[in-house]
Amino acid sequence: MEYQAFLVKYAEIGLKGKNRGMFEDALLRQIRRSLRAVSGRFEVTKASGRIYVHANTAYDYDETVEALTRVFGVSAICPMIQFDTQDPEEVYRRAVAYMAEAYPDRKKTFKVETRRINKNFPVGSQDMNAELGEVLLNAYPELSVDVHHPDILLQVELREKVNIYSHTIPGPGGMPVGTNGRAMLLLSGGIDSPVAGYMIAKRGVVIDAVYFHAPPYTSERAKQKVVDLAKQVSLYAGPIRLHVVNFTDVQLCIYETCPHDELTIIMRRYMMKIAEQLAEQDESLALITGESIGQVASQTIQSLAVTNEVCHLPVFRPLIGFDKKDIVEIAQKIGTFETSILPYEDCCTIFVAKHPVTRPILKAIVRSEELLKGKIEPLVEEALATVETIEVGM
Amino acid sequence: MEAYLDNSATTFVLPEVKDICVRTMTMDFGNPSSLHKKGMEAEQYVRVARETIAGTLKVDPKEITFTSGGTESNNLALIGGAMAHRRTGKHIITTQIEHSSVANPVKFLEKEGFRVTYLPVSPEGVVDRQALLDALDEDTSLVSIMQVNNEIGALEPVAELGRLVHEKNPDILFHVDAIQSYGKFIIRPRRENIDLLSVSGHKIHGPKGSGFLYVRSSARILPQILGGGQQQGMRSGTENVPAIAGLGVAAGAMYQNYEEHVEKLFSLRERLVAGLSGMEGVTINGPKGREGAPHIVSASFEGIRAEVLLHALEEREIYVSSGSACSSNHPVYSATLTAIGVRKDLLDCTVRFSLSIFNTEAQIDYTLDVLNELVPKLSRYRRR
Repeated sequence: MEYQAFLVKYAEIGLKGKNRGMFEDALLRQIRRSLRAVSGRFEVTKASGRIYVHANTAYDYDETVEALTRVFGVSAICPMIQFDTQDPEEVYRRAVAYMAEAYPDRKKTFKVETRRINKNFPVGSQDMNAELGEVLLNAYPELSVDVHHPDILLQVELREKVNIYSHTIPGPGGMPVGTNGRAMLLLSGGIDSPVAGYMIAKRGVVIDAVYFHAPPYTSERAKQKVVDLAKQVSLYAGPIRLHVVNFTDVQLCIYETCPHDELTIIMRRYMMKIAEQLAEQDESLALITGESIGQVASQTIQSLAVTNEVCHLPVFRPLIGFDKKDIVEIAQKIGTFETSILPYEDCCTIFVAKHPVTRPILKAIVRSEELLKGKIEPLVEEALATVETIEVGM
Repeated sequence: MEAYLDNSATTFVLPEVKDICVRTMTMDFGNPSSLHKKGMEAEQYVRVARETIAGTLKVDPKEITFTSGGTESNNLALIGGAMAHRRTGKHIITTQIEHSSVANPVKFLEKEGFRVTYLPVSPEGVVDRQALLDALDEDTSLVSIMQVNNEIGALEPVAELGRLVHEKNPDILFHVDAIQSYGKFIIRPRRENIDLLSVSGHKIHGPKGSGFLYVRSSARILPQILGGGQQQGMRSGTENVPAIAGLGVAAGAMYQNYEEHVEKLFSLRERLVAGLSGMEGVTINGPKGREGAPHIVSASFEGIRAEVLLHALEEREIYVSSGSACSSNHPVYSATLTAIGVRKDLLDCTVRFSLSIFNTEAQIDYTLDVLNELVPKLSRYRRR
């Protein structure tokens, strides 16, 4: 079937009162951005509370639907046939053809629902419902009418042009990126952090990311993997500024100075500190991590509390109550899983102790960190000064 | 200074190899099967390459089948050999230290109902002769043994093993994976009882995607790629003329001044081994002196993960390889290192240096200098 346009439905942003225009404009921008990668030319318009995507040229249907289902804020997409007419007979003829193509098996119930926005159209909406229903029943005797719970809800919009549709493809929901400020994602090569970034971006937040690189302990391939993950997330979240921090010296300093079983937790605290400074530079208002309670030693509730203690910005942990399997499910859905499981060492695992502390006590950790005073500050500064920023998904 | 010491992974292409590849891609680009002049020209390149290679082995040019490389040669030899003889014998003998392009086809055959014996090796990586004699039986149809092990450079006495095999039964196919040895050793398949011999082009400064299988005229194997019947039906598909022509030139170059090349490789190797032996916590695996291959050195660095050392060397433009790419969660240990009894804690700490005749003493000295600096530093930081 050849669809000429898509109706893009949005739910939540409809509720935003005076800000509604701003939200709609953001959604339009995101739809246009997402469609840029699709072959074909599209026009995205807003008309009386609805968003339409018109294909101006031949286009790839599957690619287009995929691009649209990646735009946060979209609740559903309806592919439509669209044509220019004022003649009811033409509408009937096209509707009959549409049913034949869209429903090879027509042993179904249906209902016609018409909206007449163009008041010059010679038939009213009630009459159109009745007339068209009759025409379809005559054309396809196997159809039957059910006005309460129809299998097929055939919608007819009489606007400048006529739109006919009945299929609804669910969108991702959420809010358009760019409507809710900016946050800094701590991105590792693992399964969780890309999912965490995806989830916060889904609430309309622009994402930046920071990756802690530890050459020669982590390889260029590990870094490439993180760039690839950021790219995949950016398909949904839009462009991402990825900051690569050379963390080796900070890590080695901690390794040499602090008790080994506290290494991971102290390292995490320094990561948070550095991420927070980068967040401030970028005017990000929060940090995002992929932590989930109890998943590893550094994510026990005690560890999370001790890590959190260094942060002034709010830290969002959207996966905090998720089981691994639920996280994996989302990672698979958004296409980051395959990359995440590539076997490259990341800097969290290289020096990890056989038995890291699982119930760190803040006072003890702070005391251990005292030992770093005077040594580690220049290394942190150096790490911040030598950050490499990669723009992903531009 | 750059020191590329990963020549057993791959090598750069010689300028004269590149030239002939370019010529056969752009000007003399014909299909050897075409009847016209362009085809004749292309056929000529293939013929010359075949004759050059046959000359290095002192065999009949008709016994050379060009393939896409070492992996295909090994697959053709093993699967083609085993399948051709499956009615008379279903027992295969190989070793515990073969490259995956032998080990995996053998595993495939095992699943298809063949019986397989994996011969053990000594701590130096050399196959146990008695174990071979014990394994040979009435049902044995194929024996596959590598000449030089790719990880530690151990040299297998293939001539002697070939003799043992054919003394038992001249109908048994004796296959030698010579991918790491061709160009570094004089190989005489006829004299050495070798029926099938695999070679790869890109390990000897030839193009990637080039290689050949020597198939002794009396040996029967089943072709694995069927089609237009090129190469006497042994390997269908339009000949990859640029790769074949390049391989021929590279093979010729390796065996020109052969003695000088090998002497140079041995002396570089000795220099490297002497330097490494002086370092604390370093163990050389496999052959130490001239009893093995002239170009491969396997060394374990106590307390330093191979991948970390590799990346630290890479920062100084020194390129080596680690036994296997492994992650902290799922280490995959090398079958070869395990078979020669390398200590478990060293399996993950083993690096391979592999030389080419184009490496220099200065590069070896530079590498040793960098290692002397890095090793103490890196071994300070280890998992505790």
